[in-house]
Amino acid sequence: MLGLIIILAVLLSALAAPLLSPRKPDEQDIMNKFSPPAWSAGGDMVHPLGTDQLGRDALSRLLYGSRITLVISFGGTLFGVAAGVLLGAVSGYYGKWVDALIMRIVDIQLSFPFTLLALFIAAVLGPGIRNIILIAGISSWVRYARVVRGEILSIKEMEYIEAVRALGGDDLRIILRHIIPNVVSPVIVLATLELAKIVLMEASLSYLGMGVPIDIPTWGRMLADGRQYMVSAPWMAILPGLCITITVLGVNLLGDWLRDYLDPKLDI
Amino acid sequence: MVGYLAKRLSQSLIAVLGITLIVFLVLNLAGDPVQLMLPPSATKADMEEMREKMGFNDPILVQYGRFLKGAVAGDFGRSYNYSEPALDVVLERLPATLKLTAAAMAFALVIGIPAGVISAVRRGSKSDAAIRVLALLGQCMPGFWLGIMLILLFSVRLHWLPTSGSEGWKSILMPAFTLGVFTAATITRLLRSNMLDVMNKEYIDVAKSKGLRAWSVVMKHAFKNAMSSVITVLGMQIATMLGGAVIIETVFGWPGVGRLAVLSITNSDFMVVEAIVFILAVALVLINLIVDILYCVINPRVQLQ
Repeated sequence: MLGLIIILAVLLSALAAPLLSPRKPDEQDIMNKFSPPAWSAGGDMVHPLGTDQLGRDALSRLLYGSRITLVISFGGTLFGVAAGVLLGAVSGYYGKWVDALIMRIVDIQLSFPFTLLALFIAAVLGPGIRNIILIAGISSWVRYARVVRGEILSIKEMEYIEAVRALGGDDLRIILRHIIPNVVSPVIVLATLELAKIVLMEASLSYLGMGVPIDIPTWGRMLADGRQYMVSAPWMAILPGLCITITVLGVNLLGDWLRDYLDPKLDI
Repeated sequence: MVGYLAKRLSQSLIAVLGITLIVFLVLNLAGDPVQLMLPPSATKADMEEMREKMGFNDPILVQYGRFLKGAVAGDFGRSYNYSEPALDVVLERLPATLKLTAAAMAFALVIGIPAGVISAVRRGSKSDAAIRVLALLGQCMPGFWLGIMLILLFSVRLHWLPTSGSEGWKSILMPAFTLGVFTAATITRLLRSNMLDVMNKEYIDVAKSKGLRAWSVVMKHAFKNAMSSVITVLGMQIATMLGGAVIIETVFGWPGVGRLAVLSITNSDFMVVEAIVFILAVALVLINLIVDILYCVINPRVQLQ
């Protein structure tokens, strides 16, 4: 339940960002740069969570940053699910060289630290939300493909599948109507856990300056700025990291709960 | 066992080839390398001549074949930024990354194994709850944020440890801890889960009923069986650590291959990038083979299979 509460809180704050933010996220107030949070000496409620090196309000940037995080993590997850389920289904159902080829690609991708690959691809494609979603999807499809393939290998020889074939059902119908619905549970659990990894991945890429364009506030970029000024303005480093940690914690708790609820025997 | 390892080796070689091919193709899509090699005043004729001379007009697979041939001979071209052979640039920094990764793995094992055992043995207790919360947090915190928080506390506030660099033993503590935390958390959770499974088995009841001391039952029987599947995960964790090293080295200014990778990518020093990928892929293959051998030794049933 805690996981669900956290996720809902993040979702609501992202949706209500324009209402909750005291300022626009890129509005500069140089006279009040490095203003501490309201609870520290020298802070006030004009900028409740302080300001950064350009006087931009931290609370506003955190709220708008949550939108980017959610867009990228949900978008990347959907992309990964679509690609992974489709390729896993094709691999498991058809077998032979198709299976061998797809699983070799999966093994190759899983055998190498994806952070490096993500950096290369980010450098090639350039900054942009769409590109980061693409990278997020590419990073996660392999896990869905493996899980779906495994499930399908056990399902495809079952008698009801044979019955559909005997009644004239074609491969596409069998895959879409009879096989994929059986893999929904493990895919949902995996998607929740992968979403957490994508949040971390996006933050990492933004921290390294390879994420979304520089004018869009993200938690990772705020952390990168915070690293430079952490002596004089430690809240710039503490707050975005807390947001990332709490969001990832919420998603992981939700994923664990879903796994226990849907099928405790799931090996994910 | 020899047959199993030979099969793993051939799979690993395919993985190395696959990774280097993917990176080679991606880097070739990144832009025209000739524009990076020549000064801005170079004419189109100069660029075309350079392209022809360097073989950039050849089909991509021919270029890749040439790259592989050079890679086997240790020739990855020259770094644009350092004006040295790319391999030399990477090998100069590789020991620092290996040192950091080894220290991080040591941290992970020293923290993760006892935590996992204690958590399993004292299931339901306050110590179990505390360990599980810390393990969960360890997997949720971004590594670079943890690193920054440690710098804030131990360097800025307490002045106990240096903020960056690699001079002296104190400089490795924070980066290694930061890099090892995620793996420690993973080991803790996995070992706890495995030990709880194993401790429900009948042979554990037999060991207890024979009058063996509790510690002997836990360590000689439960732990050894629970640890075998943790070892298989360690290989993957090393790959995760090398990926994490890219960011952690940047946070702490650690002069390793990870930081070099970030700088090379941002500066479009593609020869160095290709050399890094190749070296890391080969290193991972070797490390995973060692882990597989360890697994065969610990779990004799794998040899029979």
